[in-house]
Amino acid sequence: MTKIGEWVEVCTSDALAPEEAMRFDHGGRSFAIIRSAEGNFFAIDGHCSHEKVHLADGIVDGSIIECPKHFGTFDYRTGEARALPACVDLRRYDIKVDSDVVFIKI
Amino acid sequence: MKQERAMVIVGAGEAGTAAAVALRTGGWPGRVILVGSEATLPYERPPLSKGLLTEAEDSGPKFLITAQRLRELAIEYFAGVNVLSIDRATHAVSLQGGQLLTYERLLLATGARPRMLGVPVDPECRMATLRTYADAVAIRQTLRPGCAVVVIGGGFIGLEVAASAVSRGASVTVLEAGPRLLMRAVPASIAERIKTKHLDAGVRIELDATVAGIEAAEEQSLVSLADGRTFLADLVLVGVGAVPNVELAQAAGLAIEKGIAASDTLATSDPDIFTAGDCCSFLHRLYGERVRLEVWRNAWQQGAVAAANMLGSGSAYESVPWFWSDQYDETLQIAGIYGNSDAAINRDLGDKGQISFYLAPDGRLVAACGFGSLATISKDIRIAEKMIGRRIRPDADALANPAIAIKSLTI
Repeated sequence: MTKIGEWVEVCTSDALAPEEAMRFDHGGRSFAIIRSAEGNFFAIDGHCSHEKVHLADGIVDGSIIECPKHFGTFDYRTGEARALPACVDLRRYDIKVDSDVVFIKI
Repeated sequence: MKQERAMVIVGAGEAGTAAAVALRTGGWPGRVILVGSEATLPYERPPLSKGLLTEAEDSGPKFLITAQRLRELAIEYFAGVNVLSIDRATHAVSLQGGQLLTYERLLLATGARPRMLGVPVDPECRMATLRTYADAVAIRQTLRPGCAVVVIGGGFIGLEVAASAVSRGASVTVLEAGPRLLMRAVPASIAERIKTKHLDAGVRIELDATVAGIEAAEEQSLVSLADGRTFLADLVLVGVGAVPNVELAQAAGLAIEKGIAASDTLATSDPDIFTAGDCCSFLHRLYGERVRLEVWRNAWQQGAVAAANMLGSGSAYESVPWFWSDQYDETLQIAGIYGNSDAAINRDLGDKGQISFYLAPDGRLVAACGFGSLATISKDIRIAEKMIGRRIRPDADALANPAIAIKSLTI
């Protein structure tokens, strides 16, 4: 059973190219893992706060990930909603890379 | 007492509501008055033909803004109030009930209404159209397992209602006057994929089906075609397009052309009156012609741009048109303006879907239509949209080749 604040393995760091996002499901929850153009990893809640659409199918541009359905945008570094129709912030999660393995703290 | 200056918005749909918010966040210090003809808070229309008809419980409209947010932004919302006339000389609009509102600048976001059938209809027949939450509730209450639904018009509204109704157990027939579905909206190959989805779900589709008249038949309606065929229905849904609400603008002497005529900054023929959303026909720089769009994203983007221009920014509205429709578990997305040409470049993604691209004679990408799962098509349509906006001339063979990433063609 997952305890609060536990580091959970996501993938190897080469599994996600820069400016791409992937879906990660764990413990009945879903997350979007994002890799920036510079190669850094970030994690936020997976579903857009406007409708239940997964953000991992959206475009990553600069510090923004965009919902593929209605183009609400979020700053993936903070989870902050940045453009309508998204107006509710998403939660962000700590992430770390250890020996080329990516972990999320959930 | 000198009255505080006011920005007045007529119409509280996506465009009007987006404008009200943008006026305040854009720094307007005076009054912001949003006048809507419906009694509810402003709400999203896209779910009316989809989730609202199919969910087990009616969860009510999905509001665009909360009452609290309206208060925070000091937006005065006049709900359930019709605007009767505009007096341009005195900068005033008169409201049902007799109140006069003086405007600094005025936004007309009056939307569109369903087009009616041009054939004889027995006044006793229950004909449904779908535009408002009240319309959706009325349709929802009629839908029950085994009931017969006849949808007149194989366009988006008709097909979305057909999909929703069949999922509720209704027996559904779509009557389309044209030789195929979605004639003006999508290429033939995508229309064929959508038709297959409907047939698989159990919807009957009749093409070249011109309705000649509708008469009452006890509790039901009898729909007759020009070729003599008849269809009995518990519910007749008419989805044959929409007409822009231009009457208020017309009576005030504003220029009308395919809608309320606007420049590329969304100003009407009166520089203090702007227009946005389904009622607005504007000059689109990308296409070099006047276009009027009846689509969700355009409505709120135009509302925001009109608001900025009411505050003096002078920005052209150049957004690439974008549209989506859900058909069962798949999504259709269109970027740009599909000119009803079958000279498409097809990128065949097999069972997962298809994207059709359209190039202008000079090689510029002007439209892309995708059908498939959201994950399959949405990224490429979004990239295509950016390419259209940047007037890129992609290589046709590369567009057709699924092994070549669309993203690699953006330069």
